[in-house]
Parts: sequence; structure tokens; C-alpha cells
Amino acid sequence: MFQIFGIPSQALFGQLLLGLINGSFYALLSLGLAVIFGMLNIINFTHGAQYMMGAFAAYLLLQHLGINYWAALVIVPIIVGLTGIIVERLFLQQLQKLDPLYGLLLTFGLALIIEGLFRNYYGSSGLPYGVPDALQGGRNLGFMFLPNYRAWVIGFSLVICFATWFAIERTRLGSYLRAATENPTLVRAFGINVPRMVMLTYGFGVALAALAGVMAAPIYNVSPQMGSDIIIVVFAVVVIGGMGSIMGAIITGFTLGIVEGLTKVFFPEASNTVIFAIMIVVLLVRPAGLFGRGA
Amino acid sequence: MRPAVSVAFAVAALFATAARADDINVKIGVLSDMSSLYADISGPGSVVAAKMAVQDFNPAAHGMKVDVVSADHQNKPDVGSNIARQWYDVDHVDAIVDVPTSSVALAVADVTREKNKVFLISGAATSDLTGPKCSPNNVHWTYDTWMLANGTGKALVKTGGDTWFFITADYAFGHALERDTTNVVQANGGKVLGSVNVPLNTPDFSSYLLQAQASKAKIIGLANAGGDTINAIKQGAEFGITAGGQHFAGLLVFISDVEALGLKTAQGLVLTSTWYWDMNDANRAWAKRWQAERPGKFPTMVVAGVYSSVLHYLKAVAALKSAADGKAVVDKMKAMPTDDPLFGKGTVRVDGTVTHPAYLFEVKKPEESKYPGDDFKLRATIPADEAFRPLKDDNCPLVTSN
Repeated sequence: MFQIFGIPSQALFGQLLLGLINGSFYALLSLGLAVIFGMLNIINFTHGAQYMMGAFAAYLLLQHLGINYWAALVIVPIIVGLTGIIVERLFLQQLQKLDPLYGLLLTFGLALIIEGLFRNYYGSSGLPYGVPDALQGGRNLGFMFLPNYRAWVIGFSLVICFATWFAIERTRLGSYLRAATENPTLVRAFGINVPRMVMLTYGFGVALAALAGVMAAPIYNVSPQMGSDIIIVVFAVVVIGGMGSIMGAIITGFTLGIVEGLTKVFFPEASNTVIFAIMIVVLLVRPAGLFGRGA
Repeated sequence: MRPAVSVAFAVAALFATAARADDINVKIGVLSDMSSLYADISGPGSVVAAKMAVQDFNPAAHGMKVDVVSADHQNKPDVGSNIARQWYDVDHVDAIVDVPTSSVALAVADVTREKNKVFLISGAATSDLTGPKCSPNNVHWTYDTWMLANGTGKALVKTGGDTWFFITADYAFGHALERDTTNVVQANGGKVLGSVNVPLNTPDFSSYLLQAQASKAKIIGLANAGGDTINAIKQGAEFGITAGGQHFAGLLVFISDVEALGLKTAQGLVLTSTWYWDMNDANRAWAKRWQAERPGKFPTMVVAGVYSSVLHYLKAVAALKSAADGKAVVDKMKAMPTDDPLFGKGTVRVDGTVTHPAYLFEVKKPEESKYPGDDFKLRATIPADEAFRPLKDDNCPLVTSN
């Protein structure tokens, strides 16, 4: 066994893989944020709360209706996405012509309210949610023990990320969306219902957050503050990747997961600050973010 | 007739005000984590417990009037000490109770000493509060890191867990718990192979678990609490830690953590606690009353400690007929033996430690649990005189000066 920087290579490969798994959550969440920001110009601070709602919805479905993980993967994003659509219709639409700061304040307030409500009903210590039976156990890769569920997380989120990127950058629907953000009036003149498209986009971004929540439920503690624990990091990821850049969000999400994973080996005390240090450097050198299209 | 009536009223009014002026006013502040990872361990449940203690004490019968206020310290020492200052200086609070998160508790202890008030500690764990940083204004009621280390650490080393790796919460509490457990492990012939400091409130422990796995230590000591412990154990099950022959030692595990993990994941975990709701009829009756305000939850030892410490504090104030001099009240609390329905008879030592028995529990298997909250089985009872750090090892200035 050879060593890299005094760390056995086995341990290092293991940490890289783990970083990639955490990165898939960052990627999924920042993807939703990027979609929403890119299309609606709204900084969606409710994203963490919607991720938490996804995890809770999975728990509640299992507990009260006996609906398992696999069905929850489909049902939960739809339910939470619908709540997102209601939020868009009731509030965000009214703010469209105002400064993006209003949207930020509104979504931040909503996030606090949602978190408070869940804490009030379910307390703060969290709820149990097990790994689905089909993905129990794991395999020994030689350099680490990889739980099957984590392997699934990484594969599935890659698929989702790629599919979203493809839908927005490579399909006709995506081109409508992009056109509508550039010049809504003109696109409306072509007979396309822009407000409805915006509403569905927000719903989709929220559904992505909820999907990440369902995937997180078996490995992280399902608690009301799980969203606020992760959302700050995800915002840093989006800023580093460049606001609104889909590919940027995906690549940065995975990369920063790896960077964080390595920090956990070399200097664990700094593992929750390293991403912000990178953010500061990136903002100094490239204020629009690594993949941003310029300010 | 008329003048007579109004004179009677005037006299009555005079007596009424006189009686009110004679009342001893006491204000107790519950300072806790109301909204984050420790909120289910103490938080709103501690406020309920403090109010129950006031109710059971029956202030009116002692010519006293007791108010309970509460605040959220957000686990930040600066926020905590600011609230403490404001309470003591502006709001006439006489005693602060609970304060989980050791770093906050250490800050509040300093302010309390400076203002000569009373600090009734239940939620905080660091044994420094009754050790090098002890204060004549502190009473540490429920548990501390030495007692946890001595309970769980000793039991595991004696049953063959002689090599340890620590996953430690990177602040005062985690470091104190790791230090105290290391001492116990080494004193009993065990060895510590390594440790990793993890920032508070970390969602993902897999990286640290892998490091623990690579260390090949028999026991992985979790020197953390609340949501951090839950995440570590949950992900440890996923990474096959227990299946690989290693064992977790949850050095501080509360019933709320076990409920959050579910018995399937938590079964077999060994933990030390000074109070369990299902131990005897008195505890069960008390838990039932508490649950009227906190439906669906189970009281932790911290919540029980808040109740008992407030009760003993009020008895001391009643005996002194004044809450003004904090040190005098604490001296009185030390002079009076403790006796309450939850912790039984005990004493407050000169360093502020309250002694009572501690219990080594094991988390039940799912099939052993008969009803909700039926989570622990008793493995051993550690008598009061062995459960806490001997005074001679305290390094507490109060001990040497006496």
C-alpha cells in the first residue's frame, strides 16, 4: 500500500468516494437553486426547508400510509413540488417586477416559518427512517466498504443532474424557457404562456429539493433543522459555480464535495469552513463564479 | 355606615399591600437551546419542568412569589452570556437554570459569579464546572463528563473493549468528555488509538467513521451529543461498523436520541444516565404530568434535573427568606441534604456537584420493548459515592480552601 501526503492510499480513495457522495447532494440541491435563479431570478432561500419537507414527507408516507421508499421517490417530489407551485402563485408572482431582494426576504421568511412549524410538531431530535431493504448492506471495494445505498445515491443523482441539464440546454422546451428569461414579452408574443412556464419551473426546482430530501432520509437524521444545516453550504456552491449556471452547479457540487471530503482527513476541524474559504477566493478572482456568464 | 365601610376597605387594602411587600420575589430563568440540536434534550421541556417544580413547591405557602422566564441561547457563548447579563442586571433574575452546551455554560458561570447569583446546571456536561472552573455560585445537578466516562468507559473496558478511537465534537464539551474518558480507559488498562475533532452539527460522519474503521479500535467512542450522536450511529450502521466487530460507545445518549434512531438501529448501545422515566412509580407519575405539556415525548435526565434543582433551590431560598445573595443561597443548598421524588436523597458537595446514583443502561432490542418509551434495561447501578469524581481529583479551588 503506497502513501499520498502521509495518508494511506486506501483511506484517500475512500475519502474521495465519500466526498463524491456528499457532492451529489450538493449538486442536486444547487441544481434546483440554479434552475430557479436562472429562470425566475429568485434566490430561493426556502430550498433547505423544501429539502427537509421532502425527507419528512417520505417519513410520513411510510409511517401513516405504508408507502415505501421507492414510491416516495416519485410521490414526494410531486407533492412538495405542488406546494412550491402554490407558493409561486400566491407570493412569488407578485414580486416578479420588484428587486430580487424581496424574493430573497420572502423565501427566507417562509423557510423560518416552515422550519418552526415542523419543529413545533415533531421536535428537534429527529425521526427514524431506515435504508430500503433492497439496498441494505454493502460491498467491499478493497479500499473501503461502500454501502449499497450510497452507491445508489451517487448513480441516481448523476442521472437526475444530467437529465435536468439536457432538458434545459438541449430540448425545445428548454429553449423556450431560456428564451422566456431573456425576453419574456417577445416569447409571449409567440403565443407561449410564460407565467405558467415560470410557475412550473419553480415547481420543478422545488421537486428537485424534495427528491434530495427523500434520498437523504435514510442516511441523515430526519429533523427540522436538516435543511438549514446544509443550505448555507449549497448557497456557497451556487456562488462558486456561478449563479444560474446549470452545468456550473453540477460540477461545483461534486468538486466541492470532494474538497470537503479531503479536508475531513487532513484537517477535520476546518471541514465546515473550507467551502467558504474557497468561496472568498473565487469571489475575489472571478466575481461571477467559475462558470458564470459575467456580471 | 358608609364611612365604616370605606375604612374597612382601606384597612383591608393596607393589609393586602403589606402582605405583598413581605412576599419574597424570586425569578428563575431557564436558559437553553430552544430551537436546535439540543432542544429535545432540554429546551422547552426544561421550561415545563421548572414550572412544575414551582407548582409543587407551592410558593404562596412560603410567602414567596416565583416567576419563570426562558430564552434561547442558540448554542452560542456570546448570546448566552448577553442574555445572562440582561437577566441579572435588568430583569431581576435570581437564578439561571439548565444551560446545555458546555461552552455556553462556562460563559454563564462567569457572569453568575460576577453578579453573585445562582447557576443551577443540568444540561451542561463538562466536569470543569465543578473542577478547575468551579464557582461558589454553581450547583451541578444531573451529570458530568467524568461521571459519563466513569460509567460507560469503565464498563466497556472491563468487558473487553480495551482499544478506543474517539469521534469528538470540537468544543468544550467534546474535549472534556474525550479527556475524561481517555483517563478512565487508560486507568483500566485500555489504549486510545486515535481521535478526530468534528465541527458541531455535522450532517455527514462517513468520513470520520472510515477513519475510525481504519484505526481497528474495538470501541468507537462518540464524544458528542444530540443530533451529532444520532447521525454518527445511523451512518455507522450503514457502513457496517457493528457488523465488522467494532462497537459504538455513545458516551452521552439521551432517550430522545434513542427514539430518533429507532430501537432497530440503537439496540445494544450501552449508556450511562442518572435518571430514566420508567425506573419507578414516582418517575412514571412525574413523566406523565410532564407529558401533558409535551405530548409524545419522553423526559430526559436533564429535564428531571431541572425540576429537582429548582425545587432544592426554592427550599434554600425559603429557609434563608431571601434570594438576594447568590453565594449564601448556594451555601444553604450545600448545607441542606437534597430530597426530592426524582433523584431521592443526596448532597450538594462543596465543589457544587450533586451526588446521586448513576445507572448503566443498555438499549433494548425492538422485540423487548413493550410500549412507547420502553427503551432501556438496567445493567448496573453505580452508587452515589462512586458515580462522581472524588473531591481530591477536582482541582477545584473551593475544595483546597476548605
